[in-house]
Amino acid sequence: MANSTTSASANRPEGAERLSEERREAMRGEPPFVEAPTDDTRLVRALKEAGVTAGLVAVLTLFFFFFRTDIAVGGLNLTVDPKSWIIAVGIAFAGRFLLTYFVFAGERPTIGGWKKVAAASARWPIGKVLGITLLLIALTLPFLLMTLLPGQDRYLLDLSILILTYVMLGWGLNIVVGLAGLLDLGYVAFYAVGAYSFALLATNFDLGFWICLPMAGLFAALWGVMLGFPVLRLRGDYLAIVTLAFGEIIRVVLLNWYDFTGGPNGILGIPKPTLFGLEFSRGEGSFSDFFGLEYSSIQRFVFLYYIILALALLTNFVTMRMRKLPVGRAWEALREDEIACRSLGINTVNVKLTAFATGAMFGGFAGSFFATRQGFISPESFTFIESAIILAIVVLGGLGSQLGVVIASVVMIGGIELLRNLTGLQAIFGAGFDPTQYRMLIFGLAMVLIMVWKPRGLVSTRTPSAIYKEKKTIGADLVAQGEGH
Amino acid sequence: MNENNRNWAVDPVLSVEHLTMRFGGLVAVDDLSFDVGRGDITALIGPNGAGKTTVFNCVTGFYKPTEGRIALRREGTVSDAALAELTRGGQQYRRADDGSIFLLERMADFKITEIAGVARTFQNIRLFGGMTALENLLVAQHNELMRASGYTIGGLLGLPGYRRAAEAAKEKAIEWLRRVDLLDRADDPAADLPYGAQRRLEIARALCTNPVLLCLDEPAAGLNPRESAELNTLLKYIRDEHGVSVLLIEHDMGVVMEISDHIVVLDYGKKISDGTASEVRNDPKVIAAYLGVDDEEVEEVERDLDVATAHTPVQGGAL
Repeated sequence: MANSTTSASANRPEGAERLSEERREAMRGEPPFVEAPTDDTRLVRALKEAGVTAGLVAVLTLFFFFFRTDIAVGGLNLTVDPKSWIIAVGIAFAGRFLLTYFVFAGERPTIGGWKKVAAASARWPIGKVLGITLLLIALTLPFLLMTLLPGQDRYLLDLSILILTYVMLGWGLNIVVGLAGLLDLGYVAFYAVGAYSFALLATNFDLGFWICLPMAGLFAALWGVMLGFPVLRLRGDYLAIVTLAFGEIIRVVLLNWYDFTGGPNGILGIPKPTLFGLEFSRGEGSFSDFFGLEYSSIQRFVFLYYIILALALLTNFVTMRMRKLPVGRAWEALREDEIACRSLGINTVNVKLTAFATGAMFGGFAGSFFATRQGFISPESFTFIESAIILAIVVLGGLGSQLGVVIASVVMIGGIELLRNLTGLQAIFGAGFDPTQYRMLIFGLAMVLIMVWKPRGLVSTRTPSAIYKEKKTIGADLVAQGEGH
Repeated sequence: MNENNRNWAVDPVLSVEHLTMRFGGLVAVDDLSFDVGRGDITALIGPNGAGKTTVFNCVTGFYKPTEGRIALRREGTVSDAALAELTRGGQQYRRADDGSIFLLERMADFKITEIAGVARTFQNIRLFGGMTALENLLVAQHNELMRASGYTIGGLLGLPGYRRAAEAAKEKAIEWLRRVDLLDRADDPAADLPYGAQRRLEIARALCTNPVLLCLDEPAAGLNPRESAELNTLLKYIRDEHGVSVLLIEHDMGVVMEISDHIVVLDYGKKISDGTASEVRNDPKVIAAYLGVDDEEVEEVERDLDVATAHTPVQGGAL
């Protein structure tokens, strides 16, 4: 960097040099733009703003918290509840005070501290450390759960499997939306194709999970290409609408093709996966029998957990690898500028189709895993809301970021489940508060807040796929978002 | 001017013949014919709206011309009879050791770059802004690397053949970055580079596709005089050391007059002049087009010019 600045100034003509020197002279010393507030004024200011905020909240919530009307026999019953009103005003006062005192009026931006931390740990960037930590946790999770939380291990393990399924789907969609920049609102179609491929092959031809898995992936990839062709010429919002329609078409066909798919009744009796032919059941020839263990139903969950973990890691590995291959670089170039791609001799048709096919293939893998885990599938499971959740995971995590998808999946899928059990909130809102009723509300609010805080997703920087000397992450403001965003 | 200097008539790399491009009722390019000599720097000039960029878009396949033939002779010489036969036969191109020929008006835009070897830059720079300078040049080597990676399969398995090819591609990219004086910015995102550097990077990116013909759309637009001079050096280097023929659109007459071997002047989609820099500079039609003189006054200008040149020879930069 030092080199580049010197050469740039050497290139400049003399007049400009002198001008810029004068300008620099005028601004010598610390930038005098903002006086750093002293502690006294800071405290006063914080108290004042907190007071105003508290006053506003007091007025606004007067008729929500202080006076309450309940339906009673023969009309309405007015009750007075000063306690919750005072608590609400107190929260507003304290929150505003803390924000003003520590965040808004700090001597330097709070972010500055983080930048220093990030710079100090350049060799071990925070993303890398976090990634390795998460991987280690993921690898040992079943045993951690069994030893630490023996009472809840099955529920939590099942939840982990669900989260990992969404991580895998998010990574698959990330190829299409994050890397190639093609907004796909019908990703669930490939999930459905994978699930039904496996279910139909298994029930009709008596094939096992491991044989069907690659076939399901191939079928889904084929459907990816079939979707790819009609949308090749579409851009922006039109692409999003057509993919949305495609997702619905698949679901409606599954619902109405009664003879083939069982229609709304779905498909029952999908076989469970086996470990080299060993079933996870009671009795002769089972996993526990073979290894001389005592049978426990948790063994099957642990097995399923490791299958989806392996599939997800495969998705990640292949994606990371492809990013450094010409095809992955062409995806990102396509997201940046399609016309420039064509001017460089890149067949953008093939690039788009490979993106759709690769993304769809991983969706298909995840779909067949879903089918084998549930043992039963029906079109109910493949509605638009699934596509929306997967897309939300990718967008919330940060387009193109693998780590972001993991964090977003944990937050979104884990968060929805967590809110179901948040009985602690009853201490604030009263004993009548039922967290399950408010969970979607709280969840929606949390998402809005995250997007306000980080508009380009949790991990929005881009890592270059090739490095000459120094690896520099690229800020989100420079990276194009592709079509339809 | 000596006839022997007319390289474009003897050994053309690109022949545009009777090119017409209509957009609805508007005729952007009208029956235009010109040749681009192999190893020449050819400039396409003309007032705003003369149809220069339309010609470019036809040559690089971004537009399909309404009429006309655009033939590229990649190597060797091809007889006119062979060209006529190819045109009648309905093929897109013919590859042979004694001379390959490509009919660009029949080919898809990316094929023109991939197999015919025509690369281009854009009037409004089109870099991959979120990718580093190095990555930009690697994307340009896509087709070569795709073959080396066994269409991704070999690359996924990490075969040594691909690793060697990837190293070579990086070497080539670094060599071009050094050549355009951007090596110390190799790891910076392209959108972060200053304007002049982005122009140079776009030229380097086009050259990474190994073109025989490089089409530059206003490469000196927005450059300061020093950067323009550097651009001239770069273009001469490309022509002399790499044997790449250059076709450029340019408004900066300093650049055009200094480096062009051949200048074609367009006005209202028609060719009004064609020749060396000194021929074009003294052409009354060109002066009239640039100064905005009515058709009847052209002769008047011609007469004035004859008087002027009789006394003092016109120096460079008269336009």
